[in-house]
Amino acid sequence: MEQTTGFWQFIAQQSDKLWSQTLAHVGLTLISLIIAILIAVPLGIWIARKQRIAGAVLGFAGVLQTIPSIALLGIMIPFLGIGPKPAILALFLYALLPIIRNTYTGISGVNAAVIDAARGMGMSNWQILTKVELPLAFPVLMAGIRTATVINVGVATLAAYIAAGGLGEFIFGGIALNNSNMILAGAIPAALLAILLDFLLSLLQRVNLKRVRVTYVILPFILVTMSSFYLLPTQIGGRMLGGFTPEFMGRQDGYLGLKKVYHLGIETVVISDAVMYKAAFEKKLDVISGYSTDGRLKAFNLITLVDDRHIFPPYYAAPIVRQAVLDKHPELEAILNQLAGVINDSTMTALNYKVDELKQSPEKVAMDFMRSRHLYRPARNGSGGTIRIGSKIFGEQYILAQMYKILINGNSELQVETKTGLGGTKICFDALTNNQIDFYPEYTGTGFLVLLQPDEQTTKKLGGDTDGVYRYVSQQFNEKYQIKWLKPIGFNNTYALMMRREQAQSLQIKSITDLTKHLNKN
Amino acid sequence: MITAQNLIKHFGTATAVNNISFEVKEGENLVLLGTSGCGKTTTLRMINRLIEPDSGTVFVNGTDIRTQQPEVLRRGIGYVLQNHGLFPHYTVAENIAIVPRLLKWADQDIRKRADELFQKLNLDASLAGQYPAALSGGQQQRVGLARSLMVNPPLLLMDEPFGALDNLTRISIRKEFRALDELVKKTIVMVTHDVQEAFEMGDRICLMDKGEIKQIGTPEELLFKPANDFVRGFFDEQRLQLELRSVLLKEVFPESDASSEVSVWDRMDALLHPENGNLPADDIRIGDLMRAFETYKRK
Ligand SMILES: Nc1ncnc2c1ncn2[C@@H]1O[C@H](COP(=O)(O)OP(=O)(O)OP(=O)(O)O)[C@@H](O)[C@H]1O
Ligand SMILES: [Mg+2]
Repeated sequence: MEQTTGFWQFIAQQSDKLWSQTLAHVGLTLISLIIAILIAVPLGIWIARKQRIAGAVLGFAGVLQTIPSIALLGIMIPFLGIGPKPAILALFLYALLPIIRNTYTGISGVNAAVIDAARGMGMSNWQILTKVELPLAFPVLMAGIRTATVINVGVATLAAYIAAGGLGEFIFGGIALNNSNMILAGAIPAALLAILLDFLLSLLQRVNLKRVRVTYVILPFILVTMSSFYLLPTQIGGRMLGGFTPEFMGRQDGYLGLKKVYHLGIETVVISDAVMYKAAFEKKLDVISGYSTDGRLKAFNLITLVDDRHIFPPYYAAPIVRQAVLDKHPELEAILNQLAGVINDSTMTALNYKVDELKQSPEKVAMDFMRSRHLYRPARNGSGGTIRIGSKIFGEQYILAQMYKILINGNSELQVETKTGLGGTKICFDALTNNQIDFYPEYTGTGFLVLLQPDEQTTKKLGGDTDGVYRYVSQQFNEKYQIKWLKPIGFNNTYALMMRREQAQSLQIKSITDLTKHLNKN
Repeated sequence: MITAQNLIKHFGTATAVNNISFEVKEGENLVLLGTSGCGKTTTLRMINRLIEPDSGTVFVNGTDIRTQQPEVLRRGIGYVLQNHGLFPHYTVAENIAIVPRLLKWADQDIRKRADELFQKLNLDASLAGQYPAALSGGQQQRVGLARSLMVNPPLLLMDEPFGALDNLTRISIRKEFRALDELVKKTIVMVTHDVQEAFEMGDRICLMDKGEIKQIGTPEELLFKPANDFVRGFFDEQRLQLELRSVLLKEVFPESDASSEVSVWDRMDALLHPENGNLPADDIRIGDLMRAFETYKRK
């Protein structure tokens, strides 16, 4: 019950946004669909005449269909930027196959004797096409268009990933924020939209083409579509443009905080983190939200802005170790702490860059780093107990796990077993508490917000306080789980605003406050 | 009316029609007869340019058909197919109005002509609003014929027009067709592989094999003066029946007062099935009939 009131409340509060997202969604779907029809129907007719190339064309359209949507959108950013254009192109490509295939099937399925009679009676090729083949293929053709429409309404939700708007903004924002009202506010209209469009087309499918002048059918359709061009989100020229993930957009320690604390007034679009960095690099976006040690910072020559008013929570990495292990091997703590304070943000970014972008192995990256910092000692190959190191499933954690392995091997008689790629936080932490691993690198913010989940008051009080959070998690973990937080490694993998290096330098923007000032000037 | 000269048509490496020439006179009914795949359809379709010959020429009314736009040529030639080729999405009335519409006839002219043909072809007026799927095979074939006759073309091409019908329907429709005044004056080229049909419908028969013409002539000529072994062999199985059918009772019994419609076969049939009640009052017996027929053949 509470859930439903919440939902209607959400709808009421966000009705403006909901309306504009729905219109954008309709616009994206219909425009791409019309273009697809204009291309796919003639193509389908053509391959029905040239059976020999039909397989190749259908195969190609089929391959397009199998490209993951996000990958397709990413590929197009350098050419078309972000926003509606690449989204429409992607939707267009997805709509091709069902329409081409059904046109082809419908036209090929027309009884040869009927065509023969038409030709024998003296109908021209055009007359045969418009009076015989298309009317007879029409139901099948329309079925293809309906399929394409339903597909497009679905895929158009992904348009939110590349700043093209649509109901995906609510859906992915809701997923990222674990806000089911928001998810439903996007998902339900999207589903209704699919049903409605499909229903309207089913009415059209039953129209007897022979009796109705084609224009009467096509014209309203085209009008609706043309008008929806104006409903698409327009891209802003000249001014700075921010592109933030759906999750960032909805978080207090994200965009909402930026507005509240910094009074940041920047035009924003919603975008997926998969394409965000690239879009910034391509100058399609000026400010993006990201993670401060992401290797792509270096790959795309971006810099992070200083969070001078501390709205982003601290995510300092430190090994967390079961107390039982430390008791059994007292030498371990000092060994692991050799890495404490050694890696700062930019160093970690550079290391991540090598693994994520240059595709070097984490072992090699870790070894190179340890040698350069003179932390490497040859492995003693001792026969002490075994230490099991865990890591989550991304590059940074792999690198850290390898570094700890090198330290333990070189400085003790202990043996090491790495259990890397343990999925997300929950899996890793459970492995630790269930004595399946002995330690893994965790982030203070994650320990605080995800694992401990303190009440709102504590969250507010400690918010951006680096030491406060570290102290809190150390104490709580010790009490609750008998797990010890060792000293932080140094870097802070938190949210950050990022800009292109040269732009930030030429505008002399170093911190978020600088950015706000710059925006207010214009 | 039609003159075909040295027509050759290959499909890939296969030769469908190998250098054939023939003529069809005005008002004549020429039947293209032969086994499956011998090139009948190909020959027929070269007359309205549905197939273009690799070499050779067709003249219709003295003009080379290549000088005419194919669509224009075809609108002036009736075309009837085995599977009637009616448009499934058009009603009967719309189907038969196709060619007149292409020729920009006025609606009332179309309606008038349609009514006329409906009557002549024994089609119920209530069928006009039906779709072809709702019609029986015989009705569909009649509508197909009506469609080809709408603009009253002087030349009619028919490709196995009765092929899809069951035997009884076929025989009765054939009879109706022969009696149709619309068809009497027309020049008709008709394809069949049914020997009976060829003999019944053809003024002359063009017997084909493997893309070549083996003999052209009247049914009697093919039957009694075969040009070669192929022609002789082709009719062997049904020879007696065909012969009986092709000879008029009057020729065997000059003194008989039977009309020129009645063949020896017809009288034989009447004798064998008196229950049908069409046995005339003369006293010809089966034995007399056979004897007189043998005598006639020897002459
Ligand atoms: N479009 C085509 N492509 C390839 N071969 C063809 C084509 N049309 C006809 N043929 C071949 O040409 C030959 C003559 O075909 P045609 O249709 O004229 O025969 P037909 O005498 O009408 O036979 P049927 O009594 O079976 O209708 C056949 O061997 C046939 O396979
Ligand atoms: Mg044929």
